[in-house]
Amino acid sequence: MDFAHQLVQQLINGVSLGSIYALIALGYTMIYGIIKLINFAHGDVYMVGAYIGFAAVTIGNLPIFPALLISMALTACLGMLIERIAYKPLRHAPRISLLITAIGVSFFLEYASMYFVTPTPRTFPDTSLNFAFSVAGFVVNGQQLLIFGITIVLMALLTYIVQKTKLGKAMRAASFDTETAQLMGVDSDRIISMTFCIGSALAAAAGVLVGIYYNTIDPLMGIMPGVKAFVAAVLGGIGILPGAVVGGIVLGVVEALVAGFLSSTFRDAAAFAILILVLLFKPTGLFGKNTNEKV
Amino acid sequence: MVMLVFGLILYGALQTMISTKIIGSFWELNIILICVNIILSASLNLINGYTGQFSLGHAGFMAVGAYVGVVATVKFGLPLIVALILGAIAAGFLGFLIGLPTLRLRGDYLAIATLGLGEIVRIVIMNIDYVGGAAGFKGIPHLTNFTWVFMTMLVTLFFIKNFANSSHGRACIAIRENEIAAEAMGVNTTKYKVMAFTLGAAFAGVAGGLFAHQFYLISPTSFTFMASFNYLIMVVMGGLGSITGSIAGAFVVTFISAALASFPEVRMIIYALALILMMFYRPQGLFGYMELTNVAPIKKFLDKVSGVKEVST
Repeated sequence: MDFAHQLVQQLINGVSLGSIYALIALGYTMIYGIIKLINFAHGDVYMVGAYIGFAAVTIGNLPIFPALLISMALTACLGMLIERIAYKPLRHAPRISLLITAIGVSFFLEYASMYFVTPTPRTFPDTSLNFAFSVAGFVVNGQQLLIFGITIVLMALLTYIVQKTKLGKAMRAASFDTETAQLMGVDSDRIISMTFCIGSALAAAAGVLVGIYYNTIDPLMGIMPGVKAFVAAVLGGIGILPGAVVGGIVLGVVEALVAGFLSSTFRDAAAFAILILVLLFKPTGLFGKNTNEKV
Repeated sequence: MVMLVFGLILYGALQTMISTKIIGSFWELNIILICVNIILSASLNLINGYTGQFSLGHAGFMAVGAYVGVVATVKFGLPLIVALILGAIAAGFLGFLIGLPTLRLRGDYLAIATLGLGEIVRIVIMNIDYVGGAAGFKGIPHLTNFTWVFMTMLVTLFFIKNFANSSHGRACIAIRENEIAAEAMGVNTTKYKVMAFTLGAAFAGVAGGLFAHQFYLISPTSFTFMASFNYLIMVVMGGLGSITGSIAGAFVVTFISAALASFPEVRMIIYALALILMMFYRPQGLFGYMELTNVAPIKKFLDKVSGVKEVST
């Protein structure tokens, strides 16, 4: 149990936590890329996803994979609904109105779910994943394997959608320049709606995975991961999909290392310190390109 | 001048009602809270409304003021006024330090950077055992009363109003309207942005000191970014760039949460819905850029009282 061993172990923990951040950060970065909104409600969408997964497993008695799919589907609908009701009427409003609305939606989701499911944390039932095995002395448990597996599958799927399909092409075009894309015949309202759909589904997957990983969910669980996932998105370069993944994983690893070697109370500070450093030295993020401001 | 007289009359009326127990202790507490929140929203308005720099870290500055203030009174036995001034200096200095590098950032990036800084301040305080760490600072003497809070609020409002109407304030407004144009017209944008940020932070520190000496106990959980959101909502609800708006916003938000205190479950839901509907139907806030003193009949009355002759055209 020397330093190197502990380091590798913390890296494993960090990457699994980072995968979760990456899944949430993807939604943030896609939404920001397309409508330039810091969707503060995204963390709460992730929380709702966790609760839907929880309901599917406990009330519906479903195994974990169908529960995950149901949660992703329903949360995707929720995401589209939020966009349709709260953000679409403000498409041409000042940015600050949109931001305040996002904060309002975030409060609404938090406290409405608190009203319906009570503030007491719920314990996720056993998922028959509570095995752990060691590879060369490093412990990897079933939940972590599940997180790695699902994250990789979802990211492959997302890459396919964004790079190979017509929808993905339209999304990339709209995110590059919405007005020009519209002139080229892209229905931007539909694309924005689909972006919220995909982003929310990814957040729901992250929510269910966190429920399985940490075993407990509560109505305010989305606040911190939501903000941190935004940090991850900024770190990777906002609007850039691979950037969000790398940012999420870097953030998870740094947090695990800080928690493992310094003190767990400084875990949250580490994320924000990274944020400030990135913003000061490379505000466009690791993968971002510098653009000149036009007058 | 006239507004000062009105302020003093309002103070007299409220003070009489408090001392004759017409206003019970619950509402007395809430009036004090409203005054503290007015200081916070007016000072945030200086940054967000007048200068157009989007800050989400106001609770962090408030926390610095609160903790410096209580250390001054509890550990060093200084009087409240000194504690408030020290808190203001500390928060203002921090605002200056943070403002210099971060104000280069624009829009959303600045918002998220200030949010991060506010959180870092809170986490650092949480890890200082000298001030009680995560459990909070206990045993703070109850030094704040209605008079203190109201008078500090008046001073703050007058300062911010005069600042906004001075040449510095006009430079800030120019930056809000168009930073590049302001720079082209010779406004030193960095200087004025940092100035507004520092002053806003300093007044948040004062509010923090008053807040701390009212509640016997402060803990880092009172200063999360959710609190910053709350002050931002007050400013936006009242109207960015209007002092009257800040007063109204702080009053409405505090009053609603106090009035709905008996229904804690639905309180935040109503609050959230009110916020969203407000953005749909009146995104500029209750007052927009308008001041109550500029509404035609009131302006006429004020001019009459203060003896300004109306210029006939």
